Amino acid sequence: MPRSLFAMILTLLVLHQDNWFWTDDRLVFGFMPIGLFYHACISIAASCVWFYAVIQCWPADLETSNLESETEAKVTEGGAS
Amino acid sequence: MIQFWIISGYLSLLLLLGLFASRLFRGTSSDYMLASHSIGPFLLLMSLFGTTMTAFALVGSTGEAFKEGIGVYGMLASSSGIIHSLCFFLLGVKLWGFGKRYGYRTQIQFFRDRLDSDGIGLLLFPILVGLVIPYLLIGVISSGVVMQTMTAGAFPDLFPTETIATSGGLPPWLGSLMICLVVLTYVFFGGMRGTAWANAFQTVVFMVLGIVTFGVIANKLGGQENLWENLRLLGEAVSENKAARGDMSKTKFFTYLLVPLSVGMFPHLFQHWLTAKSAGSFKLPVVAHPIFIMIVWVPCVLIGVWATTGLLPAKPPLPGNPNAILPFLVKTQAGPVLGGFLTAGILAAIMSSLDSQFLCLGTMFTNDIVGHYFRRDANDQSQIKLARGFIIGVVAVTYVLSLFKPPSVFALGVWCFSGFSALFPLAFAALYWRRLTKWGAYAAVLATIAAWGYFFSDAVGRAITAGNPGPIRTYTLDLTLGGETYEVMPVAAIFLASLVAMIGVSLVTRPPKQETLQKFFAP
Repeated sequence: MPRSLFAMILTLLVLHQDNWFWTDDRLVFGFMPIGLFYHACISIAASCVWFYAVIQCWPADLETSNLESETEAKVTEGGAS
Repeated sequence: MIQFWIISGYLSLLLLLGLFASRLFRGTSSDYMLASHSIGPFLLLMSLFGTTMTAFALVGSTGEAFKEGIGVYGMLASSSGIIHSLCFFLLGVKLWGFGKRYGYRTQIQFFRDRLDSDGIGLLLFPILVGLVIPYLLIGVISSGVVMQTMTAGAFPDLFPTETIATSGGLPPWLGSLMICLVVLTYVFFGGMRGTAWANAFQTVVFMVLGIVTFGVIANKLGGQENLWENLRLLGEAVSENKAARGDMSKTKFFTYLLVPLSVGMFPHLFQHWLTAKSAGSFKLPVVAHPIFIMIVWVPCVLIGVWATTGLLPAKPPLPGNPNAILPFLVKTQAGPVLGGFLTAGILAAIMSSLDSQFLCLGTMFTNDIVGHYFRRDANDQSQIKLARGFIIGVVAVTYVLSLFKPPSVFALGVWCFSGFSALFPLAFAALYWRRLTKWGAYAAVLATIAAWGYFFSDAVGRAITAGNPGPIRTYTLDLTLGGETYEVMPVAAIFLASLVAMIGVSLVTRPPKQETLQKFFAP
């Protein structure tokens, strides 16, 4: 796993333990408790981190081996027909 | 009666979907168990999400928020958003690659091959099956309870009970039977393809209905002209202890992060991973899973905390069981039509997990026991027959067990997850640590059994003393440091025992063979 992704995941896990909002009951947008809003943002941030992961850190070797196996399968099918 | 017809219509639709999927069946065992590795990104996202989100996502999240406040979102949902996708990314994609290359259909086939050990399969098989069974029972029992509550009043002469809330509703044995038969039908005929299609459909159903229910309940409870005003009114009415986490242990919250790692060892999820068409099919599930969790959980958590406010009508009184809060609110605030649809949504969440688990256990019995020890030369048709036979058997056994209503089965939920989580180091090391040996793997599994058994028996002892199963569900380890007591989830200790045993024993035993390492690790 690249260091940048590892650092992002670690940051997410640290931010997840939000001791700073533990006893805070303020409302965001007038209806959403800040602790819930913060963790909804953590969910969105998690999606962003995983978006980065699939764009920058996707295992290219698996994609290649998949293409190879599909090509092999097509060649075999063509041969059989 | 309207609810009954809506539910019946929904179940009929599912049966049709299963039968339609069976028309696409290619007649091979690989197609029956793995949909011939043909599932694309959207279906994979929906089936993975539908499988990991049980009825707990709708009913349990509301109930837990009612009891504990908004903190349950961070403890159970945002943590899962990070960890589940981590498991899909780190384990799912790689295991899919090995599954496609070496023809695996079950986790045990992979572990046997990776560890050069037949015995590891025999050790893991009863543990994996044993941890899935309570999970299945929870789904089957819940479906019967939900059906009875939501159809109450439909058949007053046929099914009278002493409680008004359930009188005239389908009895739980009949509701559970209907659900089991519907799931069995589409899994039996449609195999993995039918399961994936049904999962996708049901996931859409429970997500959409969850949001609609949120809007309707907010408007009804708030009583103002528009949704925004109602949301503000309800938000301001929530008390401080529900809108913050003053009563929640920080260390319990922290150690709960280990529980979602269970996804890395769920055998039914492993099977779903193998259905992917390509490695690229995982990209959408990895990215969208945390957002999907948020879409389902945030509305449910808000409804749960609103139920604690004075804006709720005094009559009828709230049910004592927190898990009945959402069905109760739907029934009293949303009217029969939406009530019927939401019941369909709750049943969708239950069935989208049950189907994968039934199919997975059938696949495991077929491949890991019969196929491996007794009928290695079974052809495709025999394998499909065997799998279907085992699926019928698993459904029948689960249904019969559910009739006994094991009293503490609901309290077992978090223990099942903890058991799977403690086996996560084994799954991770099998893919990323060349030095993992079969003895290290045995040590990890045995340490898990020992630690899990020790803490679970302690929890059962406390439940017996208390005279109710509550302590099994709420069990924590209390660590005292510097005069302060910290609550820690037992999963932390079980996980640590498994990890230490695996690393320690692997390092002092003979490394794996070179040809095995070459098979699983790039040079």
